[in-house]
Amino acid sequence: MSTTTPPSTPFTPAAAPERTPAPGPGPGGGADPASVGEGRIGLRSNLRHIGALVRRNALQIKADPESMFDVLLMPIIFTLLFVYVFGGSVGQSLGGSREDYVNYVVPGLMAMMGMNISMAVGTGMNDDFRKGVMDRFRTMPIARSSVLIAKIVVEIGRMLVATAILLGMGFLLGMEIKTSVAELFGAVGLSVAFGASLMWVFILLGLTMKTAQAVQGVAMLVLMPLQFGSSIFAPPTTMPGWLQTFTDYNPLSNLADAARNMINGGPVAHSVWMTLAWAAGITLVTAPLAVGKFRKKS
Amino acid sequence: MGHMTRIDKKPDGGRTGHAVEVRGLVKQYGGPQGTRALDGVDLDVREGTVLGVLGPNGAGKTTLVRILSTLVQPDAGTARVAGYDVLRQPRQLRRVIGLTGQYASVDEKLSGRENLYMIGRLLDLSRKESRRRADELLERFSLTEAARKPAAQYSGGMRRRLDLAASMIGRPAVLYLDEPTTGLDPRTRNEVWDEVRSMVAEGATVLLTTQYMEEAEQLASELTVIDRGRIIAGGGVDELKAKVGGRTLQIRPTDPADLPAMARAVTETGLDGLSGAQAVPEEGLLYVPILSDEQLTAVIGLLGERGLSIAHIGTHLPSLDEVFLAITGQKTASVSDTAPEEIAA
Repeated sequence: MSTTTPPSTPFTPAAAPERTPAPGPGPGGGADPASVGEGRIGLRSNLRHIGALVRRNALQIKADPESMFDVLLMPIIFTLLFVYVFGGSVGQSLGGSREDYVNYVVPGLMAMMGMNISMAVGTGMNDDFRKGVMDRFRTMPIARSSVLIAKIVVEIGRMLVATAILLGMGFLLGMEIKTSVAELFGAVGLSVAFGASLMWVFILLGLTMKTAQAVQGVAMLVLMPLQFGSSIFAPPTTMPGWLQTFTDYNPLSNLADAARNMINGGPVAHSVWMTLAWAAGITLVTAPLAVGKFRKKS
Repeated sequence: MGHMTRIDKKPDGGRTGHAVEVRGLVKQYGGPQGTRALDGVDLDVREGTVLGVLGPNGAGKTTLVRILSTLVQPDAGTARVAGYDVLRQPRQLRRVIGLTGQYASVDEKLSGRENLYMIGRLLDLSRKESRRRADELLERFSLTEAARKPAAQYSGGMRRRLDLAASMIGRPAVLYLDEPTTGLDPRTRNEVWDEVRSMVAEGATVLLTTQYMEEAEQLASELTVIDRGRIIAGGGVDELKAKVGGRTLQIRPTDPADLPAMARAVTETGLDGLSGAQAVPEEGLLYVPILSDEQLTAVIGLLGERGLSIAHIGTHLPSLDEVFLAITGQKTASVSDTAPEEIAA
């Protein structure tokens, strides 16, 4: 859009009894033409706004490098912990050694990492609302979703950094790509896609709950069973039947299996499709809810 | 380029001459049993003027501003800003407003310059134009030196100035200032006032909420007094001042016995307002409500001519409480002890 001319209902001072709502150039004959049309944000403007807001989030990280600690340290600590605590025994039961467990657990950790990082979006969202700057954004002529999308773009960036460090740790501890680099990237892409869908869930939580601490509390309650009741850390074959049923339907198992088989070889079609279906489903349900909540939040 | 409606355009086509029109606005929080933040508010702000909305904490001032800036939806009534309806045309409305709240709405982690640049980009200014406008406003609001520091390190006054600068990037036709100087020291308050005056000089329409009678007097041409969600008085500043009593002159004669003579001398002048002069022998003081500096000079000159010697003289602005007392005949229920006490002129 180039220039925005204000609605000027043609009038003569003598004959202007009732002001009709200013008709924008939008579709005529609609129920409420005034609310559509002119005020719409064009795609290019929208991308520009998202760009400016992504830059804001990036500058925040630059101003506060400590906010990257989780992304930098989590993959290192988790890999060391799981490989050296469980690696020996689980590796053995997998019919191999600690090195084999590295190849088992690192793709699983990729799935877990996405979840943990997306949780931070929720608490960040909640914090942001405590500050006046959100009021400013919401009184500006930008699509309200752009604030949320920018946040997600930045978090995906953080997730990629964490994944890179995780893979680096994995290679250091002896992980091998048994398929191809292309499939490795596929696995990364899949976990990012799933993580991004979870961000909407946490944004929704962040907008609904009163404090950042509450968001974190609830998130942990949901995350713990989902992460451990999955095939992330150990194969579910030795688990009791009811738990196996749970892990079968747990999307994190699908994601972990998909990533694992994309790196180690094995059937991937089912788990990849299941993961994508979960990601799409979660986004379709929670994204509109989150944007709606954001719009109405006062 | 001109994505924003510039202030020199008249968005309303000059039809009503009102930049803000509010009719029967109602907002209730917390269900039917909840509190009515706004209980049928009507008000108009003429284009290019400053309307001061005066009221104690909890009077509904902030709710009014939040509705007018599309942050909150009203339960009943209508509100138009520059001809745009808050409920039906929020997107268009957001193009013509600027908001500076009680709490600085800038990103504290970003520098002053980064904040202003970001807002320029969000308002569809080009990169170059955003930079230019940011530097221009930093200069104007005396923030150039601190331009690269994170806003978190700014003093309260600097933050408020940055906030004002942020609201000015898009040259809004209508500016809301929600208690712009609450919590600021007197010097900083004066700086903010100067900025507001220059914005108005450039043609912006301003809706200013405040708890301070003095602030309203300094900036507004018209006043609306709001209490518990209702408008309880309104009109020109002088009009309201006349109703409330404006400033009061306190005169202490050197010889307390001169009090009655002083009171007579002042009331006999027949000057408008001065007839309200009142001697309070217990305090040894003569109270004279005055409407202007000229009257002050006249009173002192007069007493001098009559050879009535003055030991002490002071002026006293009505506090918000006194304004309410004068208008409603009763004290406000809300706490208004945050209003400045007597401000000596």
